[in-house]
Amino acid sequence: MTGFARYIPILVVVGLLLVFLKMMGDGRNPKEIKSVLIDKPAPVFVLPALEEGGAGISNADLQTGKPMLVNFFASWCVPCRAEHENLMKLAYEKGIPIIGIAYKNDAAKAREFLDELGNPYAKTGLDRDGRTGIDWGVTGVPETFLIDGEGIVRYRHWGPIAGDTLEQRLVPKMEGLQ
Amino acid sequence: MMRALLLVIVLFLAAPVYGVAVDEKPLADPAMEAVARALMKEIRCLVCQNQSIEDSNADLAKDLRILVRERIALGDTPENVRSYLVDRYGDWVLLEPPLNRMTLFLWGSPFLFLAIVAGGLMVSRKARPTSEPLTSVEQVQLDKLMKEARQK
Repeated sequence: MTGFARYIPILVVVGLLLVFLKMMGDGRNPKEIKSVLIDKPAPVFVLPALEEGGAGISNADLQTGKPMLVNFFASWCVPCRAEHENLMKLAYEKGIPIIGIAYKNDAAKAREFLDELGNPYAKTGLDRDGRTGIDWGVTGVPETFLIDGEGIVRYRHWGPIAGDTLEQRLVPKMEGLQ
Repeated sequence: MMRALLLVIVLFLAAPVYGVAVDEKPLADPAMEAVARALMKEIRCLVCQNQSIEDSNADLAKDLRILVRERIALGDTPENVRSYLVDRYGDWVLLEPPLNRMTLFLWGSPFLFLAIVAGGLMVSRKARPTSEPLTSVEQVQLDKLMKEARQK
């Protein structure tokens, strides 16, 4: 090999290294699958309320003219505990309405979970068999969807809103809506 | 006798091949069950990602198996079930990516690389200096060497 050709392997290696370094630095989780719901209307759903004698929830609850969050959680889910503090902060300090959907959870256990840690939810629903979760493309709890006032999904937060991911990832998306 | 015993043992060992998870009921109609099972092999488990829902133990995979069986039993075609899942989880849910605008490069890349290598080979062939006939001095030297080699 002569001239430029002899540098081609080195260039390929350096190029690949740069690509890998960039991908590592982006903080991207390879297990996270892009949501197909972004900029689309939220899936149709009707769920019974988690609390006894409650009214239940449906799509109509998403069209209030104000941004809100839909949070899938479960009492058996450990990362849900990690994000709970931030959900309380969102609800009571930032005044964002959050709809909580208990995913594949026993109603009594989910209620116990909220009694223990506090209830950040304006409304709750029970997705006992996980079908609503499937309709929303949920792959595991917790997952949180940001809905604009018209019931359109604008952002999906995959995994717990733990620690500073609240300020770094979710809050900028919410501010973008206002 | 020995043979029969061996046969029984081998058949017993092979049983897991036909197994389904204990908590799941296969469809009553074997033809429909076969369709459902074939489809499950094509659907990616979203939790363990490089397994199909057919051989994943994840809870979500189980829910999706139930869903696939349910829809096949209702008379849905495999294409309908596939697009039902793609509508919710995206193309990623299919273990074999479909050919569309987003995956054009993925499917085309082997041919692209083949073309690049073929092009490179052609260029390097052309660039190689063509051999000229030997000069008379060189011919004499070659003859001498050949002769020596033959004598050895």
